[in-house]
Amino acid sequence: MKAPVSWLRDLVTLPPDVTTGVLADRFTRVGLTVEHVESTGSPVTGPLTVGRVLTFADEPQKNGKTIRYCRVDVGDHNDDATDEYPASRGIVCGAHNFAEGDLVVVALPGVVLPGDFEIAARKTYGHVSDGMICSERELGLGDDHDGIIVLPAGTAQPGADAVEVLWSSDEVLDIDVTPDLSYCLSLRGLAREAAIAAGVSYSDPYRQPLPEPHTDGYPVQIDGDRCRSFVALTIDGIDPSAPTPRWMADRLRASGVRSISLAVDVTNYVMLESGQPLHAYDGARLRGPIRVRLAQEGEQLRTLDGQDRRLDADDLLITDDSGPIGLAGVMGGETTEVSATTTTIVLEAAHFDSATVSRTFRRHGLPSEASKRFERGVDPQLPYAAAHRAAALLAEHGGGAVTAETVVGGAPAAHRISLRAGLIGAVLGTRVDQEEAVRLLTAAGVGVTALGDSLTLDIPSWRVDLVDPYDIVEEVGSHIGYDRIGLRLPVPPGGGGLDPVIRDRRAVLRAVAALGFTEILTLPFAGQEELDQLGIPADDPRRRLIRLANPLAETHPYLRTTLLPGLLAAVARNTSRSLTDLAIFEQGRTFLADGEQRVAPRPAVHARPDDALLAEIEAAIPDQPHLVAAVVTGNWTAAGWSGPAVKADWTHVVAFAETAAAAVGRRVTRRAVSRAPWHPGRCAELAVDGVVIGHAGELHPEVVRTLRVPERTAAVEFDLGALLSMANRSGAIGTLSPFPLAKEDVALIVDRDVPAAEVEAALVEGAGELLESIALFDVYTGDQIGEGRKSLAFALRFRGDRTLTDAEAAQARQAAVAVAVDRFGAEQRA
Amino acid sequence: MSGPNDNFDPKQVAALDPTAVDAAVEAALAAIAQAATTAELKAARHDHAGDTSPLALANREIGALPPQARKEAGQRIGQARGTVARAIAQRQEELAAAELEEALVADRVDVTLPVHLAPQGALHPVTTLIDEMIDVFVAMGWQVADGPELEAEWYNFDALNLAPDHPARALQDTLWVDPPSAGTLLRTQTSPVQVRALLERGVPLYVISPGKVFRADEYDATHLPVFHQLEGLVVDKGISMADLRGTLDHLARAMFGDVETRMRPHYFPFTEPSAEVDLQCFVCHGESVGNPDRPCRTCRSEGWIEWGGCGVVNPRVLQACGIDPDVYSGFAFGMGVDRTVMFRTGAPDLRDFVEGDIRFSRSILGGAR
Repeated sequence: MKAPVSWLRDLVTLPPDVTTGVLADRFTRVGLTVEHVESTGSPVTGPLTVGRVLTFADEPQKNGKTIRYCRVDVGDHNDDATDEYPASRGIVCGAHNFAEGDLVVVALPGVVLPGDFEIAARKTYGHVSDGMICSERELGLGDDHDGIIVLPAGTAQPGADAVEVLWSSDEVLDIDVTPDLSYCLSLRGLAREAAIAAGVSYSDPYRQPLPEPHTDGYPVQIDGDRCRSFVALTIDGIDPSAPTPRWMADRLRASGVRSISLAVDVTNYVMLESGQPLHAYDGARLRGPIRVRLAQEGEQLRTLDGQDRRLDADDLLITDDSGPIGLAGVMGGETTEVSATTTTIVLEAAHFDSATVSRTFRRHGLPSEASKRFERGVDPQLPYAAAHRAAALLAEHGGGAVTAETVVGGAPAAHRISLRAGLIGAVLGTRVDQEEAVRLLTAAGVGVTALGDSLTLDIPSWRVDLVDPYDIVEEVGSHIGYDRIGLRLPVPPGGGGLDPVIRDRRAVLRAVAALGFTEILTLPFAGQEELDQLGIPADDPRRRLIRLANPLAETHPYLRTTLLPGLLAAVARNTSRSLTDLAIFEQGRTFLADGEQRVAPRPAVHARPDDALLAEIEAAIPDQPHLVAAVVTGNWTAAGWSGPAVKADWTHVVAFAETAAAAVGRRVTRRAVSRAPWHPGRCAELAVDGVVIGHAGELHPEVVRTLRVPERTAAVEFDLGALLSMANRSGAIGTLSPFPLAKEDVALIVDRDVPAAEVEAALVEGAGELLESIALFDVYTGDQIGEGRKSLAFALRFRGDRTLTDAEAAQARQAAVAVAVDRFGAEQRA
Repeated sequence: MSGPNDNFDPKQVAALDPTAVDAAVEAALAAIAQAATTAELKAARHDHAGDTSPLALANREIGALPPQARKEAGQRIGQARGTVARAIAQRQEELAAAELEEALVADRVDVTLPVHLAPQGALHPVTTLIDEMIDVFVAMGWQVADGPELEAEWYNFDALNLAPDHPARALQDTLWVDPPSAGTLLRTQTSPVQVRALLERGVPLYVISPGKVFRADEYDATHLPVFHQLEGLVVDKGISMADLRGTLDHLARAMFGDVETRMRPHYFPFTEPSAEVDLQCFVCHGESVGNPDRPCRTCRSEGWIEWGGCGVVNPRVLQACGIDPDVYSGFAFGMGVDRTVMFRTGAPDLRDFVEGDIRFSRSILGGAR
């Protein structure tokens, strides 16, 4: 909301020490945030001058245009008279909307127009053009570029400074009005707030309430309950050529509204001042009675902006016998628009249902000053007073007079709130004297009846936001200022603290970061193409995509089911920035469609919904697994002074999973599987306690090629939530034997496809309780072993509750080997 | 010179001659002194104190002397051998010390060399900041609550006093799951978690809910369609705005040191009264205001930084959760985590938060690597 300060000062007498800066500060303090203070001065520098066109000659050009060579009297700036011309300047002009003798605005050489456009004398169309005759748009005054500005006769003498003629100097507060303070979408409401802030009295110019219905004027009928009241004033005898007074045009412009014609400008002016949207119909173009009703399916309306609108059965319309003539509270229709010949106006000031207006303007994409006000709530008592204020302005400046008036409908009774005065201080947490509260509420226009601690409040019609006692607390609180409230730290009852799941998640994330992985965040939107690139098959659960109704980008209309596309895009981005050694991870939710989509009910909110309804809501919300994924590429450690580079490979992403599991006291087991987007021979399924949580390995070479990520890029993805749900927070610690360690190494030859982990498990099983640790230290394939075979060398370490003899250690070793031999046909290597 | 062994051959026992002993000692001391290394000293020990050294040989001759001569010779040889042994020990110590000194010098490394044991990992600054904020509240005994990001419309709007045609719904451009009539959406705020906490945990309740939120918003340097909020909610008996102010002030001090907060009236459907909370600039403490010589980039010389929204829980929200607003009252607050990271670190562009350039997360490691 833009509020010209001169206008505010017209409506309320503010003490001289309440400067614009002070006013802005006080407004901001009560929640009317002043975003900035603008000045309405001229944006033009240099000799911008009033000129009189003495003569001109139309000169057709080869390019089809006809230019005018004008001689313009610019007073003191004139060139001396010559034989050919009197004292004047020669200017070439492309417009034709002026006559000899008209007063125009001339930018002489040296003027700089908005947009840094400097005027200089130049030769054009065979003349020297010694300046420019300006249009509104060239001066930044408006959009009008159909012709140049013609000033009303007698405005000023040729040679006078045009800046003084065209711009008034005012300051404008640009205020961010929150949705609740609808009454502050008017100068009238802001003036009341200014009066409260300055501690002065305020006299509302729109006090006259809506009168009893009477239908002496233009016939109006309201169907249904979405239009509460409709005032129609018939104003006759308007001079259609009467211009808008300059002060009014200035204020409209300062408020961000274009000046169009007197009739339209007056309706806009009164809307800005009062908050009541108005509409003027050309009385000569109305056909029969006005009827307010809902649209019928298939009806159409051409709105004032020239667009044909197909109407919805939920749209509220203003109609006459010809059909729809306006979208109620949103925009008028073209057929009854006031024009340059209108002498009779039917002026509408009505009160429309806010939700209806809101839906209609959103449906048709037609936000307007009127719809914004109706959506937030307009004073229901206001239509009559606003209509008469507009009529008075039209009478004063356009010569019209109200000849008949109709009032249909009415306003609701004043809302009444009862509360204990003590509630105000109790909620604010500071002492508020009843006297102070009553004073502030009275200044806001609230009628206060106090009976002891009990306040009965009659809410003024414009305060549609004051509904229940807490609204009154805010009204008082915002005006006394929250700085007055002291500080108190509330004490919880105990038993809180960090949820174990959050603590464990933190442990996992910190562990993988310590391992060397860098966390990134990406946007959680997905596209089918990304899944195609990963080679994810059609029946894969990761294809159970949830689509957004209004996605931000048509390429990514779904929610992600895997974190890998985001990470791989980040690999590409980093690589393109020459950051090629990468170990990155992301954690976050993914979204899986449940198959059949259920509708989430929306129970009433006056009480807690019953458990069945809450369960129904819950059932409509799909699974959102919290995953973590990592990608490595390039070097794990770069070549350095201490050694050569270590290439990042599949082992590092497995280490990621193992580190994550270890952070919550768990071990990951692995087995080879085939799954997109991994290399079929280099993909491990990850499990904890037999529960599969994810996969790790090298990416499929096709995927690497398609995504143009470096070869041998490796990735892991698993269900972090599932891992955390299996966290082991205790563990067991036994007696630590001080006796010597017995070392036994064993090399076993097995088929190449036998997993090392299974051989190890067999050895562990056979070795018995004396085994303290086992470690695979060598894998060998080659001629000595034979085709299709491999040798696995393990270091077995035994320890007992006494010093083990060589025989005992050897026996344990043989027992271990025996199981491996039995299970895999392992051969012991000499 | 008498006794049974009178007939010893003086030539055979010449080693016992005092002059010869003195000479041997002298030679030994000279050799010891000349030894420049422990290896040379070892050789000198062999030559002058070893089994075949002159003094050792002389010692062996003592037994051949007449009894009356043995004592004197024994003393002489003993003293001589003692002198040599002490000299060797002393020299050994000197040489060992010198050699250690040399070895230590030779062993020295450039301790400023980079060490590359593993790559440098890092958490995202948003994760780190959320953890820090969680710790502030957990230390006071609050709980942390989590909830779905794809949420039911009822939790995100209706229960928070935003009726279907409420104008404030339009303020938060919502990303809807298709079709919108199914009533599910991407949560526009973390407040639905608070409703869930009220329904599930009941009162008294002291809870924060950090997490991702979604808006159909621009994607530019100062807007993200997906960002992070941290909201807090207290519902208990006798809670007022003083508790809210005290809590926000405590959070501000815990995170930014000696700063204040202030509240300005504002509007949110789920709180009444509502306010915006500003943080006093933790860099200039307001000294840049009206002081063009000392501009402050952090607060743009305004002295205060817009931090978040807050207010007293609207009684209608409590009603929707089955809590009697005549008995219980509460407050709620929320702030943008990404924005907090931004003004705290000076990060200029929100897009960097979600584009995955590893330099972003690593920036807060003190410039390592």
